[in-house]
Order: sequence, then C-alpha cells, then structure tokens
Amino acid sequence: MTDISQFTGELLKSMGLFLPETTLIITFLVAIMADLISGKKHFAGYVVMAGLLVTAFFLMRQTGIESASFAGLLVIDPFGQFIKFIVLITTLLVIMFSFISKELHHSHAKLGEYYILMTGMVIGMFLLASSANLIMIYIAIETMSISSYILAGYTKEVKRSTEASLKYVIFGAVSSGIMLYGMSILFGLTGSLSLLEINTFLMNNSVESITLLLSGIMILAGFGYKISAVPFHFWTPDVYEGSPITITALLSVASKAAGFAVILRFFKVVFSAGLGSENVAWSIIGSIDWHFVIAVLAVLTMTLGNLVALWQTNMKRMLAYSSIAHAGYMLMAVAVLDNTGVAAVLIYFFMYMIMNLGAFLVVQLVADKLDSESIDIFNGLGYRSPLIAAVFTLFLISLTGLPPTAGFIGKLYVFSSVVNAGYLWLAVIGVLNSVISLYYYVRVIRNMYLRDIESTQPKLTFSVSALALVMLLAIPTLILGLYFSPVIEWANASIAIFTGH
Amino acid sequence: MNFPILTFITFLPLLGMLIVLLIPSGKDEIGQELSKTIIRWVAAATTFLQLILAFVIYFTYNTGLTGVNDEKSFQFVEKISWINAHLPMIGDIKIEYFLGLDGLSVPMVLLTAIISFLAIFPSFGINKAVKGYFAMYLLLDLGMMGVFTALDFFLFYIFWELMLLPMYFLIGIWGGPRKEYAAIKFFIYTLAGSVFMLLVMIGLYHSTGTFNIVEMMNQGNFLPDSIFGGSGTTVRYIAFMALFIGFAIKVPVFPFHTWLPDAHVEAPTPISVILAGVLLKMGAYGMIRIAFPIFPDAFAYFQTLIAWIGMISIVYGAFCALGQHKVGKRDFKKLIAYSSVSHMGLVILGLASMRPEGVTGAIFQMFNHGIITAMLFMIVGVLYDRSHTRGLDDFGGLAKKMPIYTGIMAVAFFAAIGLPGMSGFISEVLVFLGAFKTFPILTMVSGLSIVLGAGYMLWALQKIFFGAIPVRWQGPWDPTGLKYKTDDVNGLELTALLPLAAIVIFLGVYPGPVLDLMTGSVSQLIELMKPFIH
Repeated sequence: MTDISQFTGELLKSMGLFLPETTLIITFLVAIMADLISGKKHFAGYVVMAGLLVTAFFLMRQTGIESASFAGLLVIDPFGQFIKFIVLITTLLVIMFSFISKELHHSHAKLGEYYILMTGMVIGMFLLASSANLIMIYIAIETMSISSYILAGYTKEVKRSTEASLKYVIFGAVSSGIMLYGMSILFGLTGSLSLLEINTFLMNNSVESITLLLSGIMILAGFGYKISAVPFHFWTPDVYEGSPITITALLSVASKAAGFAVILRFFKVVFSAGLGSENVAWSIIGSIDWHFVIAVLAVLTMTLGNLVALWQTNMKRMLAYSSIAHAGYMLMAVAVLDNTGVAAVLIYFFMYMIMNLGAFLVVQLVADKLDSESIDIFNGLGYRSPLIAAVFTLFLISLTGLPPTAGFIGKLYVFSSVVNAGYLWLAVIGVLNSVISLYYYVRVIRNMYLRDIESTQPKLTFSVSALALVMLLAIPTLILGLYFSPVIEWANASIAIFTGH
Repeated sequence: MNFPILTFITFLPLLGMLIVLLIPSGKDEIGQELSKTIIRWVAAATTFLQLILAFVIYFTYNTGLTGVNDEKSFQFVEKISWINAHLPMIGDIKIEYFLGLDGLSVPMVLLTAIISFLAIFPSFGINKAVKGYFAMYLLLDLGMMGVFTALDFFLFYIFWELMLLPMYFLIGIWGGPRKEYAAIKFFIYTLAGSVFMLLVMIGLYHSTGTFNIVEMMNQGNFLPDSIFGGSGTTVRYIAFMALFIGFAIKVPVFPFHTWLPDAHVEAPTPISVILAGVLLKMGAYGMIRIAFPIFPDAFAYFQTLIAWIGMISIVYGAFCALGQHKVGKRDFKKLIAYSSVSHMGLVILGLASMRPEGVTGAIFQMFNHGIITAMLFMIVGVLYDRSHTRGLDDFGGLAKKMPIYTGIMAVAFFAAIGLPGMSGFISEVLVFLGAFKTFPILTMVSGLSIVLGAGYMLWALQKIFFGAIPVRWQGPWDPTGLKYKTDDVNGLELTALLPLAAIVIFLGVYPGPVLDLMTGSVSQLIELMKPFIH
C-alpha cells in the first residue's frame, strides 16, 4: 500500500512539474482542432502563440526549483528553465515573423500544420532541455527532429526546400544512429541509462578509456549535429538555404539552444567529479581530457564556419555559416566546463538569439520585397530604406562582436571565461576568428552603403508591423550592449544544473 | 566641479548627430540645398561648442595637479557606477562611467576639439549624401573625444571601437577610386589590434577586479596568483606586447603602417585631416595611458626594442616619402602620409626614452604633428579641389598664380621640417634631447631623418611652386578638366588654415601654454616608471 501511495505521490509531483510541457501538448491538440474549424490561414498561429504564453507563465513559476521528476527521466532546474525560455521567446518571435512572411503566403493553402509542427518541435526541445537519461535524450532529439524535417520542406513546391528536407532527414538519421550506438556502448560500460548513475559508476570504477572516449565522441556526434558543430555540420548550409527563412531562423537559434543544453548537461553530470559540491571548476573524471576534445571541436567549428562564410553570396547561406561560427564561439565556453563557462554560454545565447533573429528578419523582409536572397539585393539599401539598413548594420556589427552591442557582451563573457580558465591559445584563436568574421559581415554593410550611393532605385517601404518587429529586436541589441546587468544576473541565477543532491 | 563638462564635451557630437539625422531632406531642389546647408552649419555649431568647452577646460585646468596614477589629482572627474552586479557563481562585475583629465589627456582633448572644428570647413565641399557624412563625422568625433577622457578601460574600449564604423563609412563612401579596399583594410587592421587589447583587458580585470585604469597602475592591486600577478613574468610580457601592437597599429609604426598610405590617399580631405590630426595620436596616447604604466616591468624589458621600432619608423617613413619622387609614383598625399609615419616614429622614440624631456617632447610632438599634418592635408585638398589630381608632376610654378596659398604652405612645410621658430622644432629638439641620453646611437641615426625630411619637403615645395607652369594651369578654367582652376585660397579655406598657421608659429615662439599643461603629469609618469627601469 505504502509503495503505491508513494508512487502516486511521486507521479502527481512530477505531473505538477510537467505543467509547461503539458500545456504545450494541449496547445498542440487545440491547434489541430482550431485549424480544422477556422478557415483563416494563420488562425492556428494565434492559438499556438496563446499556448506558448501560457507555457511561459507555468515556466516562470518553476523559478528556483531543482528537482527530478518521473523517476529521474527528466529534471527541473534553473539551467533548463533558461534554455526553455530561449526556446519560447524564439518560437514566439518566429511565429510573428511567419505572420508577415510573403514566402509562406505564396505557399500552398493553409498554414495550420506549420504552426502545429512548430509546437511539436518546441515539445521536443523542452524535453531535451530537461532530459537526464540516455533514452529520454534520444526520444527528445527525435521528437524535435521529426517536426523540423517536415518544416524544412514545408514550402514543398520549391524544389530546394524539398531537397533540404531530404538532406536533413538523411544526415539526421545517420547522426542519431551514431549517437544511439555511442549510448549503447556507454550503457554497456556502466550498466545504466541514467546520467547520474553513470556518473556514480564512473566515479567508483575504472573503465576502458578508449571505449569511453569512443562512446563519448559518438554521443557528441549526435549533439554536435544539433548545434551544427564541425565536422557534423554538413547539412546546415543546404538546409538553411532551402528551408523557409522563418524555419531557418528557428533552427539556428532554438534547436541550437536545446543542443547546447544537452551537451552541457551531459558533460557536467556524466564526466565531472564531486557533483553537488559548490566547486567552481569541474574536475573531469577518467583519463580523458574532455576540455581539449571540445576545445578542438570549437576551433574547427568557428574557423571553418568563418572561412567558408567569406565566400558566400547567398544571404541565408552566409548566415548559416555564420551560425556555425557562433556555435564555435559558444563551444569555447563549453570547453571550459565550469560555472563561468555555463554562464557565458547562457549569456551568449541570449544575445545571439536577439541579434541573429534580427538579422534573419531583415533578410526575410528584404528578400520578400526583392524576390532574391543574393547579397547583391542589398546594394544601395542604405539609401533606399535608411532605417532597415541602419538596423541591419547594427545586427551585423553585433554579430561581429563590436561594442556597444549585445554581441560584444556575449563575446566578452565567452572570452572572459576562456581567459579565466587559462586557455589563452583558445582565446587568441577566438578573437582572430572575430576579425575574420568582420570581413563577411562588413561585406553586406558595404553593399548597403558603399555600392549604388544615393541610389535612384525606388525606395523600399515596409509595413508598420514589420518595422515594429525589427525595432523590437534592434533596441535590445543596442541597450544590452550598454546595460547588461539583468542578463548576467539571470544567467548567474541559472547555472545550477540538477545533479541529484 | 558640479557641471559635468567632460560628459558634455564628449557627448555633444551625439546630440549634433541626432539633430542632423532629424533634419528633413527637402522635397525639391531648393529644399534639398537648404537642408544640406542647415546640416553643415549644425555640424559646425556642434563642433564649435565643443571647441569652446575645450577652451573652458584649458583655462580652468590646474597645472599643479598631476594625475596619471593618482586618482585624487585628476580633474573634471565624473565617476558613476554603471554596471555593478553581485554574482556569486560567476564573479562580480563592476564597471564605472569614469571620466577625468590630467596633463597627458588635456593637450589631446584640445587638439581633438580644434581639429574637429576646423576640418568641418573642408567638409563643406562634400555634396554626396551630406546627412550621412556629417552624422558619421560627429560619431567619429564622439569616439575620439571619449578615448581621451575615459579612465575606465571598458569605457575606453567602447569609445575606441566606436570609431571604426564611422571611419569605415567616411573612407568607403566619400573616398577616392580605391576607397573600398582602403576602408576595409583600415577596419581589419585596427580590429585585429584591438581584439588583443580586449583579451588583455579581460585578463587585467581578472587580475585586479577592476576596470579602473588608474587602479591598474598600482602593482599592489594585482592578486598574487592571478594571470598578470607578479612582476616580470612571461605572461605580462606577452600582454604588454599585445597592447603595444594594438596601439602601434593605430600610430602607426613600422611594420604595422601599411594601412595608412592607403587610407590617407583614398580618404576625402577632411577625413585625412582627422586621421592624421587625431586618430594617429590615439595609439601613442594608449601607450602612455595604459600599456606603459600598467606594465612598467615589461616596458623596461622592451624599452630598447621600442626605441628601435621608433627609429626604424623615422628612417623608413622618411625614405618612403622620398620614394614618392620617383617618376610615375608621385602622389602628394602619399608623401605626407609617409612623413606622418616618420614623425610619429619620433613620438615613439621620445616615449621610449622615458626621460622628462623625451616624454614631454613626444606629447608635444603629438600635438604639433596633429596641427601641422592637418594643415598639410588641407593644403593638398585645396589643390585637389582645383585640379582633381594629387600627382606632383601635374603642379608647377603656382607661386605666381596663388601667392597667399604659397605663403601658408611654406609655413606648414617649414614647420614639418622642423625649422626653428615653428612648433615642430621645439618638440623635435626635446625628443632628441631626451632620447640621446638613453639611446645615443639610435638618436643620431634618427637625426638623419631631419635631413631627409628637408629633402622631400623642399623638393615638393619647389615642384609645386616654382619652375614652369604646366599648360593645364594656364588660361581660363575649363570645366571639362582640360584647364584647372587657379583661384587662390578662398575664405572658407582660409578660415580653416589660418588658425592652424597661427598656432604653429605661436607655439614655435612661445611653447609654454601647451608645455605647462603636461610637465607635472610627465614627471609623475616618470616617477612611476623609474623603479622598474635599470
């Protein structure tokens, strides 16, 4: 009897903690119904927005809770909450982008499934941000991937969109296969699927380090695929170019956030010693130098991303490579694997979300007007649409990491954590990468202002809602560069990763 | 001091910029012309107000107080907490909005205000995207003034980087034929220097727990086991070099100077004036404000190397300027650009000596070079405006056609050579006096540059003003470019040139007003450095 009442008590508590996800699932179902009833194109979008806002409310109420739920399959902690907020804000913004997207308007009939699938993706990302069990991680990744595969090919009358979707599926299947294999090796080594129990086992027993390294790298391949880290990035440019731009924006921010969440949680919980104590630096267990492995990954990712971005002439492709590079910067902080590193990733992500979405929005607006995604359509934009060009300049400067913008603060914290941990060589490679990135970001600024000066082409005008949305992202990009206390305080309060103590 | 004069002098250009941006462009042609005129005069009024504030600072500045590493004796101080977060898990952060002046920065503030105001007049000739031009001009002004007034490293860095984008636009939009190349080259070079500065700044913050530049100069504030803790460690040497190179790129010294000739040649006249007049000074200023006093042990270690770099720049710059006399390569602007490399090398040599005469001479040379080179670039601008050429071969015999112009140009040229009675003479003598005591041989070699300088300057003067008048300068002006205008300097040009000429001659006869500003702070700086120099 006691057993059962204890069990139900646990379950009820877990259900309580599962409220945000439950809300999302209800939203998902309601949106399907609403779409069937209403004939309006974007009706489901409004339903989903409302659902996300309710989710945000429940998520807010979890502030400060650190607890395991569903027998340790999922955990609720401030770290996961931060990531979930990033996912929520991004999705809300992308839904608003979708309302004004011409690309989606031109596509077939109703957009119900589009918004519904987006909700499915958010559910997957929420689960991923709190998974503490290998199987749960796998299921969450698949939940979020399947929705995104379909979304990538959503404008199915566009050939490259279909191609993007197919590539995404194939690469995704391969990488999750590799990841699953790595997980099975880890399970074989330690006899457990729970991250915490694996940690306990590794603490108390010695395992074959080559096998452990192999399984770790295979699992990293799966995660690396989600954050498009080199060499698991091959899908990124094609998928980013082919997908509707709104989905590209979503993939480049939200699903990356979920990917970083799982990487940080996995390495913190599985491979660090002395979980639960308030140690600032995590000491790694076993003979494998995970700092170095991730640092190498970071160097490869940012350098390749930046170097290839130099040659791109399609804006979406350029932003795809730029997002690869940004994942590299964040991986530098991951490589540090301590509290300042986690905080740096969170701070960077928040800033990256704002500026990157801003850049995608501008590209979407201009590409919709001029029916092209080439970098050349920006020629003379500074004179054809001064406001949009000025704001885009701000986003690009911020992506480069120059003050006084949000991007600078993000870089400051990433480099700060790297320098503080003593990885000077990594910091030097990082800043040199910023210099390289300047070249391709400024190329767009050059086209806007230095080409076709005082352009005589017709002025471009944008709707008030589009301008409002752009300003909604531009103002924080500037303000957070000058006053960033709230973000760093929030990040400071959000680095607690649940470790079972 | 309750009136926040430094905030005003720094952010006045921002206000001017906002006003400029709000002025409507005008519907018809007359309206557009009117709008352009208003924009120009708003910019002029803004920089004029800034100049007045600079003079107020100059006349109320107390030369008895020294500053440098003594926070209490800084003047016009404004210190407000900006970012102050208590973060137990990731480390507290404290940034202050901290402005203040001492003898090292007052001459630079004065110089910035003078040049920013006077370079407005050659800017009146800009007719393309006028609103954007003056908006960027004023933003650049903000960044420059901020660099010289900031005493918090974080704030300093923001101002330092803030200048990059306006400068990129000013060269890239309103520049010459290879403007895109020159603009991006400038941007990338400077950014490459400043990202290393960023890393050092972060390291200094982790070592001292503050961004306050003045506190960083106190070696006792470094935590013993922090990254830059201790004295004479390899990390400190590397950090010093990183800072030094970051600043040296801006000066620029050999071998980091290659962006300068391109930027100068392509930039429009007023931007060349600002570039040579103010921007180059920032590098040297950064050295004496940040790199040297925070890492005195590393300065002592590298002192000879720095002197060598100074000497090489002096001689190399002079030879490159002479090289502009090869047929087919004769570019007037390039000649002056290379002479800048040479003259800024003198500043580095003077600073490296770390003696009162040398450092005083170096700062005075920064001021003088700012004024003189500004004049030289305006002078090139006058000819370019009439002929749209800068090729020295295209000029000749103009003394007869443009007598007033010839007179002014002679003043500028002789000042650049360092003729006694001109301000450049005094600073050069001081630099050599100081440097000779520390590095006699290097100084003697550098002294050669005086001869070379006289060579290329006099040669250019002769080429332009004497000899036969080329065909294109004879006869009435032909708008198609077959015949050039030969009007003598007009009122607008004189407004910009005459005050500069007056300063050059006045300070050449009586350098006291500027020298007095800095002597106290210079001795304070040398007192700070002395224990480390063997």
